[in-house]
Amino acid sequence: MTEAISEAPKIEIAGTRRPGAGRNRFRWVLLAIGLVAALALPWFVYPPVALDIAAWALFAIALDILLGYTGLLSFGHAAFWGGSAYVTGLVALHLGVPFPVAILAGAVFAMLIALPIGLLSVRRSGIYFAMVTLAFGQMLYFVANQWRDVTGGENGLQAIPTDFFGVDLVETESFYFYYAALPIVLAGMWLAWRIVHSPFGRVLVAIRDNPARARALGYNVQRYKVMAFVQSAGLAGVAGGLFSVSHGFASLGELYWTTSGKVVLIAVLGGIGTLWGGVIGAALVVLLEDQLATSGFEGVGIITGAVFIVVVLAFRRGIWGTARDAVRRRRSP
Amino acid sequence: MNEILQYTAQGLAAGSFYALAALGLAIIFGVLGVVNFAHGACYMLGAVVAALLLDGIGLGFWAALAVVPLLMFGFGVAIERLMVRWLVGLYPLYNFLLTFGLTLLLVDLVKRRYGVSGLPYARPEVLNGQIELGAVRLPVYQTFVFAFSVAVCLAVWLLLTKTRIGMIVRASTERAELTRALGIDVGRWVTPVFGFGIALAGLAGVLAAPFRAITADMGSNFVIILFAVVVIGGLGSILGAVVAGFLVGLVEAFGQAYAPAFAQIVIFVVMALVILVRPAGLLGKEEAR
Repeated sequence: MTEAISEAPKIEIAGTRRPGAGRNRFRWVLLAIGLVAALALPWFVYPPVALDIAAWALFAIALDILLGYTGLLSFGHAAFWGGSAYVTGLVALHLGVPFPVAILAGAVFAMLIALPIGLLSVRRSGIYFAMVTLAFGQMLYFVANQWRDVTGGENGLQAIPTDFFGVDLVETESFYFYYAALPIVLAGMWLAWRIVHSPFGRVLVAIRDNPARARALGYNVQRYKVMAFVQSAGLAGVAGGLFSVSHGFASLGELYWTTSGKVVLIAVLGGIGTLWGGVIGAALVVLLEDQLATSGFEGVGIITGAVFIVVVLAFRRGIWGTARDAVRRRRSP
Repeated sequence: MNEILQYTAQGLAAGSFYALAALGLAIIFGVLGVVNFAHGACYMLGAVVAALLLDGIGLGFWAALAVVPLLMFGFGVAIERLMVRWLVGLYPLYNFLLTFGLTLLLVDLVKRRYGVSGLPYARPEVLNGQIELGAVRLPVYQTFVFAFSVAVCLAVWLLLTKTRIGMIVRASTERAELTRALGIDVGRWVTPVFGFGIALAGLAGVLAAPFRAITADMGSNFVIILFAVVVIGGLGSILGAVVAGFLVGLVEAFGQAYAPAFAQIVIFVVMALVILVRPAGLLGKEEAR
């Protein structure tokens, strides 16, 4: 049975980097371009939209730790994004702490709920894992829906303050808020990069490529999966907390399964197993939805659904993955 | 006592929708290895099409029970030919994602065309009122839904056990490779089986039409519960899906009666317990790990 599993078709992931490859200036140029783009973004797009891009990018990168590097599709990440959105909002509302502290509390909460969900979900793998996480994510949605005293039910949490150590400009101008929030997003992305490039991350990739062999080598596969799940949830929590502070509210939509689906779409569109693909995917999806919303088009799902179908049918490596493979082919034929 | 019988009747009626739809989901998964995310959307489409047929050409409920599954069969065949087919053999998650995209598309198409408020649907006169069984009063419609879906499940069971097609479906559900090795062209049956599964989801939708609000979102929660159902029953097991469907209906009905706030949540707690005690599901085979 185990042999059959290890020979089963895998997720298509753009070629994994060979050891020693890629030590070149090209990567630093890309990093510099990315940083400049991140800094310049609120000059070109409406600052709250720029922050949405940053938050969704971090969310997609968090998901990619699981999907691209551990081979687990979580369809319940709305629980961590939305759960943290609520806790961040509640902490900011009731304790009056600066928003980075509130986001930290939200992320910790996301990791706390990820632990039992992860422990249960890793008992199944593949498609079952996706269905089980989806169901648990939806469970949290129903809890928030019922627990009106705390969550505000269908009204959600409103008027979440943006306290930033008493700096007035950040609290009133979304343009300055973006710059106060950007370091948190970048730190989250750096952390994700550290996780997947650490020895721990190599074990995750080994589990993704061949769980039976990883187990034979003495790694506790389930435990590694749970750890990856919790770390991914924590970063998703940072993104979700940031989102709720930026918007000033947390709503049930943040917890609904369509949110889980949207982040999967972003990650797949950008390219799974690429980490940075999430940034491209987030920029495209958020800008597209913003365009459709401002043009008064109803039924965003018609477009995003169609895009998703095309990507899955014809474009499974995503934008970043396809581009990376093309560049590599040119350099080393 | 009466109360308990009452809730049991409600639960079995609610479970009927889950059982029929989960049956379709399990058959599709068995033969294609595809978890059809769009199953909830197909359930919704079944109800919407029934409502449109009634409104547009005056086609009543009884005719819809036959016509809508046929239309949905055609829809399923088209989806399989145009999309699902190209991803079979790849990692199963791709078809999950594909049908997720399809769900977004279908739900928002219906929403854009018919709005978010429900479409009306008049129940046939015969099915109104209550049956009195001793001290228990059961709504006729719920009793009908339960009896009808049990009949359909039995018919499908006969189809699976007594016919050659059914044998092939069961064989490829249990041992796809071996079935192929015995010279049976499993691929030939893939398209009709997918269409059949979609037709069952559509049929569940027709049954729901006079009973629930017909909206674009009616399948959105439904499909998640459906996933919980097949996880509880064991996705590889067709009988497990049906049994778990009725079980979840009962859990939901008793939950709504005794702890309305937790009715939805209880289903997921049951799922968590099943995963904890029997990860393969109640009637599922042990999964290779």
